[in-house]
Amino acid sequence: MIAILVFMAVLAVIISWWAAQQRLTSKPWLETGHIGDLPPRQGSPVAAAKVGLGIFLAVVGALFALLISAYLTRMEGADWWAIPIPRLLWVNTAVLAGGSLALQRAKTEVRRGHIEATRLFLLMGLTAGVLFLGGQIVAWRQLVAAGYVVADNPSNSFFYMITGLHGLHILGGLAALGRTTSRAFSGVRRERLSLSVDLCAVYWHFMLAVWLVLFALLTGWANQFAGLCRALIT
Amino acid sequence: MVDIRAGAGDMINPAEVEDVELYHPHSWWTKYVFSQDAKVIAIQYASTAIAIGVVAMVLSWLMRLQLGFPGSFSFIDPEHYYQFITMHGMIMVIYLLTALFLGGFGNYLIPLMVGARDMVFPYANMLSYWLYLLAVLVLVAGFFAPGGPTGAGWTLYPPQVLLSGTPGGRDWGIILMLSSLILFIVGFTMGGLNYVVTVLQGRTRGMTLMRMPLTVWGIFTATVMALLAFPALFVACVMLLFDRLLGTSFFMPAIVEMGEQLKPGGGSPILFQHLFWFFGHPEVYIVALPAFGIVSDLISTHARKNIFGYRMMVWAILIIGALSFVVWAHHMYVSGMNPNFGFFFATTTLIIAVPTAIKVYNWILTLWRGDIHLTLPMLFALAFIVTFVNGGLTGLFLGNVVVDVPLSDTMFVVAHFHMVMGVAPLLVIFGAIHHWYPKVTGRMLDETIGKIHFWVTFLGTYAIFFPMHYLGLVGVPRRYYELGETVFIPPSVHTLNEFITVAALIVGAAQVLFLFSLVWSLFRGRPAGGNPWRATTLEWQTPQTPPAHGNWGRDLPIVYRWPYDYSVPGAPEDFIPQNQPSLEPPMHGAVA
Repeated sequence: MIAILVFMAVLAVIISWWAAQQRLTSKPWLETGHIGDLPPRQGSPVAAAKVGLGIFLAVVGALFALLISAYLTRMEGADWWAIPIPRLLWVNTAVLAGGSLALQRAKTEVRRGHIEATRLFLLMGLTAGVLFLGGQIVAWRQLVAAGYVVADNPSNSFFYMITGLHGLHILGGLAALGRTTSRAFSGVRRERLSLSVDLCAVYWHFMLAVWLVLFALLTGWANQFAGLCRALIT
Repeated sequence: MVDIRAGAGDMINPAEVEDVELYHPHSWWTKYVFSQDAKVIAIQYASTAIAIGVVAMVLSWLMRLQLGFPGSFSFIDPEHYYQFITMHGMIMVIYLLTALFLGGFGNYLIPLMVGARDMVFPYANMLSYWLYLLAVLVLVAGFFAPGGPTGAGWTLYPPQVLLSGTPGGRDWGIILMLSSLILFIVGFTMGGLNYVVTVLQGRTRGMTLMRMPLTVWGIFTATVMALLAFPALFVACVMLLFDRLLGTSFFMPAIVEMGEQLKPGGGSPILFQHLFWFFGHPEVYIVALPAFGIVSDLISTHARKNIFGYRMMVWAILIIGALSFVVWAHHMYVSGMNPNFGFFFATTTLIIAVPTAIKVYNWILTLWRGDIHLTLPMLFALAFIVTFVNGGLTGLFLGNVVVDVPLSDTMFVVAHFHMVMGVAPLLVIFGAIHHWYPKVTGRMLDETIGKIHFWVTFLGTYAIFFPMHYLGLVGVPRRYYELGETVFIPPSVHTLNEFITVAALIVGAAQVLFLFSLVWSLFRGRPAGGNPWRATTLEWQTPQTPPAHGNWGRDLPIVYRWPYDYSVPGAPEDFIPQNQPSLEPPMHGAVA
């Protein structure tokens, strides 16, 4: 359960940092407002949707941290043989990173007010997302064809489950990105579109980061790191 | 964004339009069924939760009938008995308590108490309810599936959960249970994001975090915890579903069943326990923190006194929330873990007693020399304090490894958790329903029925659960279908079991009376007016009762003071609403 505890510790730091700015030591019973006062607006100036996405990403992060914890625990079993990683995953990783870059570019373009360029980069991001999912499915089929089926070995099971859950999150992101793209073509207000593109870009960067961690884990690079952590704890 | 329907913006103060995302229903269906109004969603959540809770209550009757009068009821065979236990536990913890506190009270109270027109993401909020309803239906489908629902116990421990000896293990039962939980978690996440972001971003002018009623603090913190804890259950459910459907071996160790080597092998049942309790322990506080918050407001309002130590109450809620993530393995003392871990988890567990005790002292000090009105909400709040202290004290027993190991498999544990997370939160729920029913319906709940219901429930639950401590101490095991003729079990145990069963039947009947009162008062209850309890918080200051769509008429309320200005010296009345400014001009040089 190391991975999830580390993740929770990071969250605890972020929450403490936030709480430190909320005047939690004030004495509300002494602070009565007077007639004619207009108290300031509450909450951060960031859009509610962005705050919501941030919290949702924390939930998604917890989900994958738990999967990683389970993976590291189960890995110690005697019946574990690491699954070979198809070369195609490297291509998929590059495609996913490309999608992330395209959305970042779309974000800057929509701020500058270049609607044509925004549409182009949104479409590129969308294509990259679809290609990534397609690539993951091809990678699955290659593994199945080579005889690495889901129930054969816990390493296989984890591979299919983790990549599957990550793929589902990309699929959900594609739905949102699809909506944003169609908005870009239907001529919605710029500020509105800008927010949507922003949200998509943040989500994509996050899913890319999650994928990089998962990829490192599945290829076995993370094992050394995990071993180090374990040595430090025990 | 606002609704683009012509004229819709007229009702809303233009200065606030920018932030408000208010959906205006156009038909009966979108107003009452597929509603995006948090108040309607709250009532939908609460009704569904109570309905499924009644099912769980009937299941507990059936269990008690078997335990009190073993062998007298031919339709309760061991398989059914285990199915009753499992469904009773799972429904009560997740589908009743979690859904009612967060989906029910959270939806109704958060926007009203922080001065918002609605939740920030109303569409996701609506989806949340419909996914919850679907989860409940899938769960109930288990009763009608071939083989019946799962009988693995609510903790669903592998490997027994998937073996043929367990009801539903090789049939549909476990599949439906896991699917239902996954749906519930997805739906809850949608609602939970709403509750958190509405508290963060939806507060009206002047409603600083430290001016929020403790109810909102409790629900807010519990929701944050639930959002982070439910993924653990989600992962456990997905992996268990893989083991069941695809024959993987995440959790399933090598097993020989009926002389046959089962296919999966090498899995780790302990891994499941870690994942389950990483969710399961925070879950206790996900239920308890909203109860803590609500009971603080009930006590302050009905004792006409400001809450004692408001800041400390807020900090205690936050500290309990944080600590509850590092105590999970105290549910696993008997799993054969490293003694050093046991020491660590026992320490963290006992440390939680400190902020919890602070809260209890503050409730009592709020009551001290207060103008206590023994209304029904107050009665339930008092009963909660007593019950919670009782259940909490036995928690200190079980938090210690050496005491827990012999008691772990006995009725003592049943008594402990029913007191602390069964009866105590339910008492708060009853108090809260009595308190806010007038706002929701415009009518008071019937007082006479309420008093009968209160006394039968309060004394009755003690009659049920107090003797179970004794049963546990003499060694009566939990989860057993019948005790039979066991040497160490004295005859008094059998008499006590009969007594408990009779008490359980009576307490159950009192709940039926309460449900009757809920419906009856809807039509015949005394009209309540806008603020029958003379309370300070914003939900009592709405222009209409029940609050209309959008809650606040044309202008959002502006908050000038904290929520506990009761019996302020010199004030004309014994309460000052949060949206009432001080009439004196600010003093020169004084710090506001």
